[in-house]
Amino acid sequence: MNSAVLAFEDGTVYRGKPFGAKKTVLGEAVFNTSMMAYQELLTDPSNYMNILVMTFVEIGCYGINAEDSESGSIKAAGLVVARDCEIPSNWRSRMSLGEYLEKNGVPGISGVDTRTITRKIRMNGSLKACLSTEDISDEEAVRLAKEWSGIEGANFLKDVSCKKAYHFDDSAENIKPFELGGVHINTKPRTLPLFKCAAIDYGSKKSLLGSLAYSGFDITVFPASASAEEILEFAPQCVFLSSGAGDPEAAPEAAKTAAKLMEKLPMFGVGFGHQVITHALGAKTYKLKFGHHGGNYPVRNLETGKVKITSQNHSFAADAKSLENVGAVVTEINIEDNSVEGLRHKDLPVFSVQYHPESAPGGAGAPYPFDVFYELVKKNS
Amino acid sequence: MPKRTDIKSILIVGSGPIVIGQACEFDYSGSQACKALREEGYKVILVNSNPATIMTDPQMADVTYIEPLVPEILEKIIAKERPDALLPTLGGQTGLNLSVELYKRGILKKYNVELIGADAEAIEKGEDREKFRESMIKIGLDVPLSIVVHSLKEALDWADKHKKYPLIIRPSFTLGGTGGGIAYNRDEFERMAAFGLSASPAGEILIEESLLGWKELEMEVMRDCKDQCIAICSIENFDPMGVHTGDSITIAPALTLTSKEYQLMREASFAIIREIGVKCGGSNIQFALNPVDGRMIIIEMNPRVSRSSALASKATGFPIAKVAAKLSVGYSLDELKNDITRETPACFEPAIDYVVAKVPRFAFEKFAGSDSTLTSSMKSVGEVMSIGRSFKECLQKALRSLEIGARGLGGGGKFGGNEVTDISAISNGLVRPTAERIFYIRYALLAGMSHEQISEYTKIDPWFINEVAGIVEIEKELESAGIQNLDANLLERAKKAGFTDLQIASICNTKIRNVKKLREEFGINTVYRLVDTCAAEFEAYTPYYYSTYGSENELKPSKRKKIMIIGGGPNRIGQGIEFDYCCVHASFALREAGYETIMVNSNPETVSTDYDTSDKLFFEPLTLEDVLEVYKQNDCDGAIVQFGGQTPLNLASELQENGVNIIGTSPESIDAAEDREIFKRILDKLHLRQPLNATATTPEDAYKLAGQIGFPILLRPSFVLGGRGMFIVYGMEDMKKVVREAFEAAPGKPVLLDKFLEDAIELDVDAISDGETTVIGGMLEHIEYAGVHSGDAAMVLPPHTLSESVLDEVRKATYDLAKELKVIGLMNIQFAIKKGEVYILEVNPRASRTVPFTSKAIGVPLAKIAARVMAGEKLKDLGFTKEVKIPYIAVKESVFPFVRFNGTAIMLSPEMRSTGEVMGLDKDLGMAFAKSQIAAQPGLPTSGNVFLSVKDHDKEMAVEIAKSLDKLGFKIFSTEGTAKVLQANGIPVTRTYKLNEGARPNVVDMIKNDEMALIINTPSGMYPRLDENHIRQEALLKKVCMITTIMGAYAAIKGIEAMKNKELDVKSLQEYMAILNETKK
Repeated sequence: MNSAVLAFEDGTVYRGKPFGAKKTVLGEAVFNTSMMAYQELLTDPSNYMNILVMTFVEIGCYGINAEDSESGSIKAAGLVVARDCEIPSNWRSRMSLGEYLEKNGVPGISGVDTRTITRKIRMNGSLKACLSTEDISDEEAVRLAKEWSGIEGANFLKDVSCKKAYHFDDSAENIKPFELGGVHINTKPRTLPLFKCAAIDYGSKKSLLGSLAYSGFDITVFPASASAEEILEFAPQCVFLSSGAGDPEAAPEAAKTAAKLMEKLPMFGVGFGHQVITHALGAKTYKLKFGHHGGNYPVRNLETGKVKITSQNHSFAADAKSLENVGAVVTEINIEDNSVEGLRHKDLPVFSVQYHPESAPGGAGAPYPFDVFYELVKKNS
Repeated sequence: MPKRTDIKSILIVGSGPIVIGQACEFDYSGSQACKALREEGYKVILVNSNPATIMTDPQMADVTYIEPLVPEILEKIIAKERPDALLPTLGGQTGLNLSVELYKRGILKKYNVELIGADAEAIEKGEDREKFRESMIKIGLDVPLSIVVHSLKEALDWADKHKKYPLIIRPSFTLGGTGGGIAYNRDEFERMAAFGLSASPAGEILIEESLLGWKELEMEVMRDCKDQCIAICSIENFDPMGVHTGDSITIAPALTLTSKEYQLMREASFAIIREIGVKCGGSNIQFALNPVDGRMIIIEMNPRVSRSSALASKATGFPIAKVAAKLSVGYSLDELKNDITRETPACFEPAIDYVVAKVPRFAFEKFAGSDSTLTSSMKSVGEVMSIGRSFKECLQKALRSLEIGARGLGGGGKFGGNEVTDISAISNGLVRPTAERIFYIRYALLAGMSHEQISEYTKIDPWFINEVAGIVEIEKELESAGIQNLDANLLERAKKAGFTDLQIASICNTKIRNVKKLREEFGINTVYRLVDTCAAEFEAYTPYYYSTYGSENELKPSKRKKIMIIGGGPNRIGQGIEFDYCCVHASFALREAGYETIMVNSNPETVSTDYDTSDKLFFEPLTLEDVLEVYKQNDCDGAIVQFGGQTPLNLASELQENGVNIIGTSPESIDAAEDREIFKRILDKLHLRQPLNATATTPEDAYKLAGQIGFPILLRPSFVLGGRGMFIVYGMEDMKKVVREAFEAAPGKPVLLDKFLEDAIELDVDAISDGETTVIGGMLEHIEYAGVHSGDAAMVLPPHTLSESVLDEVRKATYDLAKELKVIGLMNIQFAIKKGEVYILEVNPRASRTVPFTSKAIGVPLAKIAARVMAGEKLKDLGFTKEVKIPYIAVKESVFPFVRFNGTAIMLSPEMRSTGEVMGLDKDLGMAFAKSQIAAQPGLPTSGNVFLSVKDHDKEMAVEIAKSLDKLGFKIFSTEGTAKVLQANGIPVTRTYKLNEGARPNVVDMIKNDEMALIINTPSGMYPRLDENHIRQEALLKKVCMITTIMGAYAAIKGIEAMKNKELDVKSLQEYMAILNETKK
């Protein structure tokens, strides 16, 4: 039968049209409210083991291009859309979304009621799910979803981190902010001089490292398994903890390494990196009911009082109370649910943000965390 | 930052009468602003000349002025009210321009009034072409290359330097872009530039780089005093550059931009709003994008709430105007709550999980002779919006919402068959942008044209063409399947692509009930979804719904008593804001009376589609299928059809047949008033007179009957609003010219012939009845003699020339008719009085266009009372049992869009062509009339030259008028015929030449040279002669006061006398109400 299935651990099953690869996958179903950016989201390692549900209905309209991927391949486990557009239109488009999924061996389901699924996730919290474009029964799919171990307590670092250390390619085309003919608003040149930065890769987005590099850093990327000693041996002037995937609590080694490094060097973390810092400080993280996944989250900087709209993609969050107990300062909060979006060490030059600052380049989101980091490193060198 | 406490009172300037490009969206935004500011405890002073608005309801503001929107009058209001601040950004371009003018004249400074929201500098920077251009370049953005030149050499030098053909040439100050064009090479450019320079009265042309065929995009952004910026919505135009965005089909959100491109456009928008300096409020920014390489260019920005922002508000659920008003008094975005989610703040960017389409509605049929090609000058008179879970679904919903006879794409009805198959006709229909182009895409697909070819011809993004093709594919599948082979999969796909049961039945050649049965069998049911600003991430509380097909229904009907109100659909000439006003009042009244109100409408410009007007809002097409579904799923107790104009009335009988409880006057009574034969019997029974008349079913029939009745004859189709296809014919020749058009205006319906009562006085009566008591709301005497559509006529309340005995006869007739027709609710009767005899012209047992005007004049909310009466209450319990007699005069005047329809006859006729209305209020008739003229613009002159040229029929009266003009100090110019008559009567007159006499200077020269202050020209036949129309066009262009009926001239004299003899003063509605209460005691 030409039919794809999406089954949840609670027994609900949706049937739709298969697209992409012929495969059965398991993952945590998360909905994302971005109306665009499916290419970036699919390739963002933070979405590893996520079955991505796009809340917007027309997906794939502008196709897939050569420039916008956040890593070399699709990292999400599967894709759920109301409709996949087979004939895209955009001057940069190279192939359709379906072709891209197929090339990457990732299955997709379309023609399902994504709003109903979203409401379900909102009310129940994130759910384990099975997505199959192969010929499996509803019961089988539900069973598989139930049996999957889930994301809570899972450590995915060996899957999403790089295998060995490398120097980040900072050629202009790799790090320059996106431009269009006629729109020359991001004209700020690359910050100089460059500081030597060790970035620990928990599954980083390409654009995150690109923005960091452009903001005045010469980056060497280390795998998550690298020890503090290995990193210090390289003699960096600062440390960056990248975004990534999995439950931060299940990565105590990462926290230990970070704890050692922060004693010695200025440190900045984003996303998963922010959660690692939380644990390194001795504070806790917890799983959000259904996470923050979208491009429209308002975050208040408690120091300036100003709110900016941020892009976010996380299922875990730092616990404010526990941060307080270890003497860390909460610097930014999400004003929709008051969850922690940024913190800094009360004494050390260490800070982090939960949201993705690389998605809002330039002056709109001032203070720009990368610039803050640069100043911090400058002051401490 | 909390709200400001240093300001206590705020002046809001409305946008005046409804005109093309400035419709009821500004009533929506202005009303929101009034509510928002009063909620915060500010004293709101409101000025608007348009009585048909909700914002001018006396309870909306603390002080309400219905006065002309001109600086002189605004100064009087400011001097009297001494507001602390002026909010200039909510009254459209009119409000903005006026505010800047007050600033420039130093009036704001003199009275210490602060501009809030956007200051004068920001407004100028955003509006002034050159300043805007400089600002954009300064922040690194591109604008189209352009230059203003005054000589051919300058033009050629510039063109040679840039070599950017094609180039657009726009002569300055010409009517409808006369003399402009697109030059594709140097030769063409030289010729066109030379022609343009001579066509422009200022000898000035604008040359601009052509962006024809580029993609057009819009952004709605907001900024607060803490410099926090948010993007509310992106909009992508279906039609490429070259078609005004108001005339384009537009889609939200943008679909063919990648996230990177969108983010850059968003960043650019923030950079613009910052650079222009809009401190706290919203802006609309338009972009053009080259589809080949993505080059992005800024077209313009509006530093104010706009038509697009109203659309964006309805599309996302984010109330831009309300938030803008709160930001203007010092709040920051994060201090305001999102109404819809209640918990989350307004400082966020809406995420939507549906697609929205806006499709414009046109009225070219009303402006014969004008070119229907869509250009950069806006011509649409209204719009519809629809929401669907796919582009296909929302496009089809929008097309059927238009109420032009189309059911969507395909599936029978207008444009829904194989009307055009000739390839060259199809190609022409694709290349030339028109209102019908969307349907030509379907014809092209059916004819086998490739998607690439269609995209090439239309320059419409291939994505949209593919989607339209997807709809056509489903149509073909349905056709080949037929009802026998229609399986669940295909039927579900068809429903999700927006096909109605009617379309499917028509394509599958079966009955609707068979399609319905199949849907039931397969379990494919309509479900309702919420517009929640957040794509279901948070729980939403605001009950704003749209229909779609899917697995979950979010509509939970309440147990309360529920009344559905059917709105008026898209604005069109003859059916606009007045009816929306009535629907809104019905909702307010019934909510007060404890009912749950359910609003159904498809028009995004309106107050009725504001999510807090009714208990539940359904943004749906107003077709039988869609409306019935809303009624049934909500389990409504009744429906109101008499307030939304013709749209709901046309549905009334079928709704009733399908079990809808129509409250108020029954559909049978409504039909009885429309049915010639039944109505004649009723009049006979009541001993009432009507002009000799007959009903014709064919043109031949009409010729024969015309012979029996005798000319002049008023010819009109039945069941249309706004006098569509209505003519006064003076002989068989005229009749032959127009009879077909009359039949085409309402296909399948008979055409009515009435003896035309020449020189009769017309009277409109609005009344209300509960079945026992009938009370007259107002009697409005037309200024023009019979023959001018009541929607176009100037009117006076109370009647200024009719005797009390005639009025008593009118009253009695009204009471009798209300009783006989069993009216429950509103009714409108048109009377004609000729030689003291009263004739009934028409009875409409429904809300009329004059209800808001009358309600404002008499201080009684007629629509509200009518709604309560329809729900079963009695007038005596509601305390309205006596006709209100007002000790002042209210004059209604109409405004016309002729300036946008070059080539059409400029005249008043039985066919309504005005887009909006204004109200003049004063103790004195002359002054009230003068005010109405100032409000409608241009106002009456008090001195100067006057051109007087009248038809033979009017010559006698022209003498009297000329005498008065002479006495008032005007210098009279006339052409031969009129001049002779005046001379014979000893009135000084200068003979001037007709255009066809060839001698110069002629009257057009004088108009062009600003030497004419007033033109009085009455048309000589059914249409003005060519040269007469030329004079009128020039007068229109130069904004010279022009009067085209002899009775209009009489009124003008009264107005001029009043203006010369006394000071113009202003009075608020609340003051008028106090006077009224005083007289009642």
